[in-house]
Amino acid sequence: MLEEYLSLLVKAIFVENMALAFFLGMCSFLACSKKVETAIGLGMAVVFVLVVTVPANNLIYNYLLKPGALAWVGPEWAQYDLSFLGFLSYIGTIAAMVQIVEMTLDRYVPKLYAALGVFLPLIAVNCAILGASLWMVEREYDLGQSLVFGLGSGIGWAMAIIALAAIRERMRYSNVPVGLRGLGITFILTGLMAIGFLAFSGILL
Amino acid sequence: MKALRKILDKQGKVFHKGGKLEKLYPLWEAQDTFLYTPGTTTRSASHVRDASDLKRIMITVVVALIPAVLMAMYNTGLQAFRAFQGGAEPLVNWQTKAMGAMGFDILTSGDWITFMVHGALYYLPVVIVTLAIGGNIEAIFAVVRKHDINEGFLVTWMLFPLTLPATIPLWQVAVGIAFGVFIGKEVFGGTGMNILNPALTARAFLFFAYPAQISGDKVWIAAQTSPDGYSGATWLGETAAATGSPAAMLDQNVGWMQAFLGLVPGSMGETSALACLFGAIVLIVSRVGSWRIIGSLVVGSFVASALLNAFGSETNQLINVPFHWHIVLGGWAFGAVFMATDPVSASHSNTGKYIYGFLIGVLAIFIRVLNPAFPEGMMLAILFMNVFAATIDHFVVQANVRRRRSRYAV
Repeated sequence: MLEEYLSLLVKAIFVENMALAFFLGMCSFLACSKKVETAIGLGMAVVFVLVVTVPANNLIYNYLLKPGALAWVGPEWAQYDLSFLGFLSYIGTIAAMVQIVEMTLDRYVPKLYAALGVFLPLIAVNCAILGASLWMVEREYDLGQSLVFGLGSGIGWAMAIIALAAIRERMRYSNVPVGLRGLGITFILTGLMAIGFLAFSGILL
Repeated sequence: MKALRKILDKQGKVFHKGGKLEKLYPLWEAQDTFLYTPGTTTRSASHVRDASDLKRIMITVVVALIPAVLMAMYNTGLQAFRAFQGGAEPLVNWQTKAMGAMGFDILTSGDWITFMVHGALYYLPVVIVTLAIGGNIEAIFAVVRKHDINEGFLVTWMLFPLTLPATIPLWQVAVGIAFGVFIGKEVFGGTGMNILNPALTARAFLFFAYPAQISGDKVWIAAQTSPDGYSGATWLGETAAATGSPAAMLDQNVGWMQAFLGLVPGSMGETSALACLFGAIVLIVSRVGSWRIIGSLVVGSFVASALLNAFGSETNQLINVPFHWHIVLGGWAFGAVFMATDPVSASHSNTGKYIYGFLIGVLAIFIRVLNPAFPEGMMLAILFMNVFAATIDHFVVQANVRRRRSRYAV
């Protein structure tokens, strides 16, 4: 049991890294990686949102949406299949969660709140987060698995953005051709980092 | 020597400001500084008084690599000879013809000169292609972007061919080194500004782009190994599939001393742990390579393999391979000495170097053992840690800042 969770965690962090194996959540990955401090803040926010929303969506799917999920209300409800509402409800959960994170940061860490700017509310449409929920449904994870999967994907994504930010800070000493400065070189960097992460592709856990 | 200096100076006039070929100045400057120590001194603050400049550091690495280069040529010839002895046919290519034309009998003569010449015919073309393609890209960038061509490229040029199998098609060498120099180094501004090791980037690019030729599940011997006669499976693969104790299996099939000396099939320069040991001594004594990285890398690999051995496995025999075998297998020694110690792409802080080396050691063993897709973990482990080198530095620096701040509680 523990072994299964551990392998799922490692798989979600390294083998199926959200940012560098599937290139999900690229907009904030590229835009909020200029400074390590900001990247850590955003990374933590993504970890938190993923850890809460993936299990929450798991409950929603299993007890409300999936074909026959409403059987617990009464036997005549068992015929309903509400899975077409999936996208809508997952996004709703995510948006609500992001709102809570945003209010908390605004109240307690205003500096980080200001640094993240518009990208904090944009977590709500970060495809890494919706992607994790959709994968959870597709792979039929149970509640415990989806909690571990959410945590792992979050940590993997946070690790990737922190590494990118540290490299970009070091690159202040580089002499990048003018046409490539800013986003251009960051795209190339993301590709090179992905080559690094390929080390784990193919590991069977 | 004076005459040479005079020729250079005479040529130099054309290349200096106002001269006809002013734009090509980096090309002349490269020649000049390869041959002579530049006479210029620092004009503004800060003055570093040390003879160990970029030029000397890079040349030290080149010296450290010489045994590996010699071993590469010798072993390529030797492996081909052993394959012929085992019943393989010579490859139908210009190398075989050239050997015949020069009067060497590659099928039966087992002396070292034949091995060296035969190996050189495979090794040198790869080096020439690397130099031609990579050097031209570097020169074009230097001319357009007005930076100097420096010895950094010499190291990439020496390292890259050594990581390749002897039978690699030359166009792949060209594509690989082009990617490594262009994307791996020049877009970041040239030597000293890259994030990943350019030679490793080139090797990894080939590895993922053309897995059929280079992923390492076939033997790399300059001889026709199929369809009959000589067995085509690598002994590392045989070990993985074996049921008995892997150490005994390896001892019987290869012999530890053979693997240590590097008289086994593999990439051209990577097989010999002895040549790498020589390189390590040169690098550590001259303090060009960081002993912190090499040392902690050894410790990391030891811990990882000891852990895996203690854990044990019935199905995956690679888990039971002991430490003393890991360090002579594949590219472990070469990577540890020449790739991981690259001062640019490693962590820069001293504490960071311990962490960086240790994690490479651990990861290399884990990838090699647990990832069935890649029998060679060292290269990928180093690339992966290159990505995180800057992150390690950041946290080391932050910890330092915090510690000092708490000392003066303000």
